[in-house]
Amino acid sequence: MPEQASSFALEYDLFYLFLIALTTFFTIGISAAAVIFLIKYRRRSQGEVPEQIEGDMRLEITWTVIPFLIAMFIFAWGAKLYYQMYTDPKDALEIFVTGKQWMWRAQHPDGQREINELHLPLGRRVKLTMTSEDVIHAFYIPAFRTKTDVVPGRYTTTWFTPTRTGTFHLFCAEYCGTQHSGMIGKIVVQDYSDYQAWLRGAPKEMTPAEAGQKFFTSLACNNCHKDQDAGRGPSLAGQFGSDVKLENGSTVKMDEAYIRESILNPGAKTVLGYPHIMPTFQGQVTEEQVAMIIQYIKSIGPKQNEAVAKPAAAAPAGQPAAKPAAAQPTGTTAKPVAQGEQPKQN
Amino acid sequence: MATEVMETTESRVNYLNNGTTVKSWLLTLDHKRIGLLYLFSISFFFAIGGIYATLIRLELITPQGDLLTPEMYNRVFTMHGVIMIFFFLIPSIPAVLGNFLLPLMLGAKDVAFPKLNLLSWYIFIIGGCLMLYTMLSGGIDTGWTFYPPYSSIYSNSQVTIAGVSIFITGFSSILTGLNFMVTIHTMRAPGLTWFRLPLFVWAHYATSLIQVLGTPVIAITVLALAFERTLKIGIFDPKLGGDPVLFQHMFWFYSHPAVYIMILPSMGVISELIANMTRKRIFGYNFVAFSSLAIAVFGFLVWGHHMFTTSQSMYTGMVFSLISYAVAIPSAIKTFNWTATIYKGSVSFDTPMIYALAFLGLFTIGGMTGLFLAALGLDVHLHDTYFVVAHFHYVMVGSAVIGYLGGIHYWWPKITGRMYSEFLGRISAVIIFIGFNLTFLPQFVLGQLGMPRRYHAYVPEFQVLHILSSAGASILAVGFTLPVIYLAWSIKYGEKVGPNPWMASGLEWQTSSPPPTENFTYQPVVTHEPYEFENVEEIKQARQAELQRA
Repeated sequence: MPEQASSFALEYDLFYLFLIALTTFFTIGISAAAVIFLIKYRRRSQGEVPEQIEGDMRLEITWTVIPFLIAMFIFAWGAKLYYQMYTDPKDALEIFVTGKQWMWRAQHPDGQREINELHLPLGRRVKLTMTSEDVIHAFYIPAFRTKTDVVPGRYTTTWFTPTRTGTFHLFCAEYCGTQHSGMIGKIVVQDYSDYQAWLRGAPKEMTPAEAGQKFFTSLACNNCHKDQDAGRGPSLAGQFGSDVKLENGSTVKMDEAYIRESILNPGAKTVLGYPHIMPTFQGQVTEEQVAMIIQYIKSIGPKQNEAVAKPAAAAPAGQPAAKPAAAQPTGTTAKPVAQGEQPKQN
Repeated sequence: MATEVMETTESRVNYLNNGTTVKSWLLTLDHKRIGLLYLFSISFFFAIGGIYATLIRLELITPQGDLLTPEMYNRVFTMHGVIMIFFFLIPSIPAVLGNFLLPLMLGAKDVAFPKLNLLSWYIFIIGGCLMLYTMLSGGIDTGWTFYPPYSSIYSNSQVTIAGVSIFITGFSSILTGLNFMVTIHTMRAPGLTWFRLPLFVWAHYATSLIQVLGTPVIAITVLALAFERTLKIGIFDPKLGGDPVLFQHMFWFYSHPAVYIMILPSMGVISELIANMTRKRIFGYNFVAFSSLAIAVFGFLVWGHHMFTTSQSMYTGMVFSLISYAVAIPSAIKTFNWTATIYKGSVSFDTPMIYALAFLGLFTIGGMTGLFLAALGLDVHLHDTYFVVAHFHYVMVGSAVIGYLGGIHYWWPKITGRMYSEFLGRISAVIIFIGFNLTFLPQFVLGQLGMPRRYHAYVPEFQVLHILSSAGASILAVGFTLPVIYLAWSIKYGEKVGPNPWMASGLEWQTSSPPPTENFTYQPVVTHEPYEFENVEEIKQARQAELQRA
């Protein structure tokens, strides 16, 4: 067993040991039966014909139903653990990770950046949002019993709570080319004071949100996405996490993946009331810059007045900045307002 | 079992001496000769795959990547996988033993389409030559799974040619499957009803079904990959507007059922070995027969269990996990029925039985460890580690190859008319069993400890287990070499045998060894259930007659 260093590890190990016991039981059981029969019923004379047995329905049913029930139990346990692992936690520390042949890069919310290392606070829920600049990688921490593929063109997430301080292996688990086995790093879990000290000492740049605001302006996103719905694009202020009504009648949740898609492929899901006039930024921004813009969009609150330039690329539902967080509920509230805004374009 | 009087007089002319020119082999339409052509071809590929395996195990003795460069190592493990899977395991039992035995077991003169059968072999050879060309021109470094966008855009190796090779070879598999299905439907001897068929035939029917339905999908998939690579059509690479996970769905839609193409025929062989080496009919014949079909059908519905960590939705994962457990049940049923067959049998200790026993133990481990990987929460940790490597080697080598070798030993006297050294046969079966376990048991532990697969260099704490594994591999190499030597020796010097040296049941044992070109000198008629050992006196007399002649 590797070290147990996350909140998933204990249950994982119990489950694993249970299956080891089950496998041992069946392997020894079947082998022992075979060997005993082999010796007991060994051939005594060349031509002998043993008594023939056709089969036995009760036995067949027994060894169909019992393995089935065992299998269903294993399924249920596995599904439960998986459900915990893949349900986003509340109040997690959110870190953005990019995989690239052949290194891992991480961006902390306060602006610290790391390569092939990841510092984490003990006992705090951590959520990673990940993507790849090139091929498929997989972010694997054996001591945490977690692994998630890092896929170009989409965001994947994983989360865990580190439960032990120390340094643990970080491996790339999806074959990614020549230096695949070199794409490894360290996970450093520290207690509160050490972690704070690291945060202070770590090379620090602008926070992702600040950097995102810079890009938001330099890419001229703010020309259209203003704080009020007066721009040619919908306002993005306070919209993160809300449901957005689309031109095609469906609804989409404004999350990281949606913003990313709207920056790189703006025509895919256009917001109701806002014709598709936005150009693609594919090739002009790196995955890390996209992540920063997203952090910025997440950070801009509903208060319309101060925001310099609102939202970015992907224009989520048009909701009046004036209709603040309360607009969350759904598109129902949002929609009439958005329509009221009408002519977004020239 | 069958009927008619046994043909004890050895035919003067048999399929082996009926024409000895190279042309008589290369243009033969005889299913038995085509089976042998396949035997030589896939043995050649097995040897190449084995050399690659040797290089992998040598490299991994030390944690540093010192023997091979990373580029070479990546090519070596990829070529090992590609050659072993597409050019050895998939054709192995069906193309060699299936070709040789199916018409014999059905009491037929040949398969339904003999020319198509020869064509299949030529297609296989063309695909194989392209793969050899790929190998000599640098090989490929994508892993046998060819995941894009690495394979389609980033890799600097012969991916396109390898893809074309696999595309072509697939047709060989499709045509063989088609041929077998038609043969089983239309060429059965009078009286040979479906439930009188040997289980080997049932297993091949199920396998053929997968070959015919599944192989076109991998053909399309590698073609799409080749298009993206050469023409930059965006299918899988997100930078071109494609979806890399789409490839994984398409790839595993074939490649998971392909595992059953490898294991089902082996299960068929094991049913024959256990029944005939214990002289007892298979316990629960219907259950064993239908579980083959159940595996073939359910096998198509579980591909998503290769993608639990690939960002597919959580609920999709749950459905695939559930169905994966459904496919485990038929395998469990087979295992219990085989074990029950031995009960109160007349158990022989001859080489084929040793292989059958090895299969029972190794397949149980291979199958049970599949339960770990189908369990969602466990797979998150174990996916893409050595645990997976160990698991599929237990299934593909510990079960499929062991079954193949057991079958080769069991039908060797029928194929050649000669017997190998029983002593060496048993010894090498035991060596393979020990070597195999020593190679792959430590890999389960490695995977659980977190060692990812396809690593050229690794962290030092894994070294002890890797050394154990490499030591096991060297024993395994001895075990695989021995049969080549003593089987080759037996062709010339082995003791001649009569039609039925094992006193087995089954139509193939009713004709002379080796069989005449037309298989039977009379039309067999079947009046019994399969695995009928009642007429032992007759068999005894036949045995007597044989001994007298010798």
